[in-house]
Amino acid sequence: MDLPINWLKSYVDYDASTADFIEDITMTGQKVESVRRLAGDITGVISGKVLQIEKHPDADKLVVTQIDVGNGEPLQIVTGAPNLKVGDIVPVAMVGATVYHGNGVEKIKKGKLRGVPSNGMLCSIEELGFTRNDYPEAPEYGIYVFKDEVPLGEDVKKLLEMDDEIVEFEITNNRPDCYSIIGLARETAATYRKELKYPEIKLEEKGEGNSKDYIDVEILNPELCPRYIGRVVKNVKVEPSPLWLRHRLTAAGVRPINNIVDITNYVMLELGQPMHAFDIDTIDEAKIIVRNAKEGEKITTLDGQERQLDPSMLVISDCNKAVAVAGVMGGENSKVSPNAKAILFESANFNGASVRVTAKKLGLRTDASAKYEKNLDPNLSLDAVNRAVQLVEMLGCGEVCPGMVDCYPNKREPWTVEYSTEGINKLLGTELSEKEMIDLLALVEVKADGKKAVIPTFRPDLVAQCDLAEEVARFYGYNNIATTLSTGTPTVGKKSFSQLVEDKIANTMVAMGASEAKCFSFESPKVFDKLNIPADSKYRKTVSISNPLGEDFSIMRTIPVNGILTSLATNYNRRNPSAVLFEMGKVYLPEELPLKKLPVEEKTLTIGMYGNGDFYDIKGMVDALADTLNTELDYTPEEGIPYMHPYRTAKIYIGDEYLGYVGQIHPDTAQNYSVATECYIAVLSIDLLIQKAAFDRQYTELPKYPSIQRDIAMLVKEDVTVKQIESIIKAKGGKLVESVKLFDVYKGKQITSGYKSVAYSISFRAADRTLTGEDVNPPMDKIMKELSEKLGAQLR
Amino acid sequence: MKEKLNQIREKALKRLEETKNMDNLEALRVELLGKKGELTQILKAMGSLSKEERPIIGQYANEVRGQIEAKLEAVKADFAKKLKQEKLNAEKIDVTMPGKKKSIGHLHPMTKVIEDIKQIFIGMGYEIVEGPEVETAYYNFEALNIPKDHPARDEQDTFYVNGEGDFLLRTQTSPMQIRTMETHELPIKIIAPGRVYRSDEVDATHSPIFHQLEGMVIDKNITMGDLKGALAVFAKQLFGKDAKVRFRPHHFPFTEPSAEMDVSCFACGGKGCRVCKDSGWIEVLGCGMVHPEVLKRCNIDPEKYSGFAFGLGLERIAMQKYSISDLRLLYENDTRFLEQF
Repeated sequence: MDLPINWLKSYVDYDASTADFIEDITMTGQKVESVRRLAGDITGVISGKVLQIEKHPDADKLVVTQIDVGNGEPLQIVTGAPNLKVGDIVPVAMVGATVYHGNGVEKIKKGKLRGVPSNGMLCSIEELGFTRNDYPEAPEYGIYVFKDEVPLGEDVKKLLEMDDEIVEFEITNNRPDCYSIIGLARETAATYRKELKYPEIKLEEKGEGNSKDYIDVEILNPELCPRYIGRVVKNVKVEPSPLWLRHRLTAAGVRPINNIVDITNYVMLELGQPMHAFDIDTIDEAKIIVRNAKEGEKITTLDGQERQLDPSMLVISDCNKAVAVAGVMGGENSKVSPNAKAILFESANFNGASVRVTAKKLGLRTDASAKYEKNLDPNLSLDAVNRAVQLVEMLGCGEVCPGMVDCYPNKREPWTVEYSTEGINKLLGTELSEKEMIDLLALVEVKADGKKAVIPTFRPDLVAQCDLAEEVARFYGYNNIATTLSTGTPTVGKKSFSQLVEDKIANTMVAMGASEAKCFSFESPKVFDKLNIPADSKYRKTVSISNPLGEDFSIMRTIPVNGILTSLATNYNRRNPSAVLFEMGKVYLPEELPLKKLPVEEKTLTIGMYGNGDFYDIKGMVDALADTLNTELDYTPEEGIPYMHPYRTAKIYIGDEYLGYVGQIHPDTAQNYSVATECYIAVLSIDLLIQKAAFDRQYTELPKYPSIQRDIAMLVKEDVTVKQIESIIKAKGGKLVESVKLFDVYKGKQITSGYKSVAYSISFRAADRTLTGEDVNPPMDKIMKELSEKLGAQLR
Repeated sequence: MKEKLNQIREKALKRLEETKNMDNLEALRVELLGKKGELTQILKAMGSLSKEERPIIGQYANEVRGQIEAKLEAVKADFAKKLKQEKLNAEKIDVTMPGKKKSIGHLHPMTKVIEDIKQIFIGMGYEIVEGPEVETAYYNFEALNIPKDHPARDEQDTFYVNGEGDFLLRTQTSPMQIRTMETHELPIKIIAPGRVYRSDEVDATHSPIFHQLEGMVIDKNITMGDLKGALAVFAKQLFGKDAKVRFRPHHFPFTEPSAEMDVSCFACGGKGCRVCKDSGWIEVLGCGMVHPEVLKRCNIDPEKYSGFAFGLGLERIAMQKYSISDLRLLYENDTRFLEQF
């Protein structure tokens, strides 16, 4: 909402600079977005009279002028303008002045044009930042010439009433009344404790007959149209508006068109009530019907576009055709042409939601629809229509017929809100007296008595005590409310166990050299193809966004690896030699589609790396992580994940619960992500880690007696896993086995092909005595026997 | 004899003095003090001395032996010291060469900012709660006084998802107010950080996925003064003790009165600059007193209880704190970016 300061000042006398005004009105609740000066870049342009015009000696299209700028010394200025004559008073940009030029600002310098000195520049209206729309008297091409005899040497911004500041407000949607200059003037008056000078509406009503004689109105859907007022103006003269009116519109960001359209726009800006004018001769049978559009009905709106309507939309129609989309835009068929003889002013109230939906469906958001969307006060319609016809009389552009047609089946009356001074003080933490509170409420035209408050109908947001509390607080000053610390029940701030586990996971990953990544939760369904996920996989059943920003952001991920792989690819393509990343994010798993209940949001740890080691490095990270959480992991080969290397991937279990997997990305998948090196990834369920993590520790006594170490080396077939070997050692070693450590695996020279040599160091210990060889030999024998029988191990 | 002993001593001391290394020293010891050594020979020859002379010479010979031995030890110690020194010299390294650094990873800047804020509120007695990102319209809108057709629904550019009924991606963390009030015992003092979604195209300052943090306190006798107090403490903790705050009236459907909190511009300290658009203030969060209708909907009696709530966008705070100019960097995960935090 743009508020021109000059316009504002005609309703409220306040004494503050615009900078202070912005600060003050912000603090009472109207947020300022920006401020700009009209003609803000124009400096040093003054009025001057053309004393003499001579031909330029060396250029046909240039003339040399002598200009009197009121200081007695004529200035010589060379110009190319064709429209000058001696005696004209024109805008003169002096040396050092700034004017608009092209799309920018130009500083005027002393110079020579084709050898003749020129000490300034004569300006067109465009060079002053305006158009012929704003100043219709300006020539289409050439220097602006003042119509009247104005004093010389004066700032032209003042002479042309260009000097103004426009303050742009962000109006919150609970304050439809502030989408108007009068509404902001009311806030300004309350802010400064000044009187609001509401425009006085007086009419002469010289038109013949009564509006009711010329028009009839019927509302078929009073829910969507609570009020419709029509007023008729006869003997209309459609012509350009006077300068003051054009200026006010331009300043507020509305383009002047003709007096009738300008009046409707003026009233909309001033009072916040959108208006429309119909050529009354286009209304068949002189009857306005407010109804829902018919199936298949079409209308060509004022912008020349044909619009397809549907029965949810409200239209203004006559007996035969729609003449306007209610609250959005008028129809081409009923517009006020330059030859119109009589017009009908519409000042109506429409349901905000209906207008909003209609405007959205039509893709046609207008100034009017934007205002109606906020649910306007139906009582505003009356003032607005009268204000409009008053302007008709002021401009002398028609004869206003007495009376009006006012369909207003359910009048909105002021309502009462009960409150207590104590209740408001208790909510705010203030100690205001009943009287102080009454006075503060009176600033916004709320009549309160300490128990009840009568709310003006333009404030639909005030319905409960808390709403009144805000009004009190606004004008008491939010920053005058004393800052306190609540004295309520003491509470202990802390992280939950699961939050602590998550912190531990993150910190452990960081300690192991991984950096934390954050990836988008939604991605493209094409990801499944990149990951080679089968067409019937459950992972392809996703929570999908019905109105995505594009296919790339259209499904909520069910597999967490795409984000990390994409990030690894980014690093790889930017030639970072290595990357170790982890993400703690969610996957979104619907239980059924379409959703009947919320999907399961499963927290997942995804680790990804390249250039920083191999399978055993990433597996080592997973193991170390498990250690810090005091859990034990179990690995088995996993050949069935389509995007993982079939022989370099392991499933991970805690006990018999599936935790996730770790391994190398399938080379095909790596290629799909354009990473030409080995990538490793681990995916673990954070939820399960939280379930299994334990931070409580119990001390186990340190051993008192020495251990006995036995090393064994054996030759086994290549596909025998160390897990098989270890489980035999542990099973057969008995209670005395303290630890089993793999210290060598060797394939190659001196080893039969298809075999590998595996070496273990087994440590035995008893808690109550020093072991001897006799204690250890029998279990060692059992171990070796079992290894050779079960695994065909040849002990070396 | 005595003279002989003196000669032996002088010779021995001289030779010891001249010894070049540890190996020679041992040979010399044997030569001087061993069984075949001159001194031993003399002691052996003591039998030929008179009774009176014997103890005198014997004592003297022992003295001489003692002196030689002492010298021997001294020279030995000297050698050992030298040897140690030589070893140390040989071990000299260039300490300015780089260490074998264990590379430590880095938390994401968003995580760091969220953690900073969590710690501030934990210190003030708040709990941390979390909730779903795929939400129902009830929690995201209706329960927060935003009925169907309310213009605020349009303003928030909601992503809807495939469901029977109104399932959507939450546009704010405010649903956590409702979820907490429904499940927690009173009094409530929580913060709820998390991801939220709005249909904004990705650019330097917009992202369809971003983070918010919701906070809420519900107890008896909570006032707007308490709201100001809590948030002023928070702002000073987060932005430094010189940070000033101001509260401006604003509108949120689920709080009344509502406010926005500005903090004095960190770039210029409040004088006015490009960062704060010459106002001296930066908008940080929205807040207000929890609307009685919202309390009622969660079965909390607004006659007995009151509370305040606040919500802040975290990306902007991270960007300001770390001078990050482009939001997209936060989701690219370039290690050269992440390693700066």
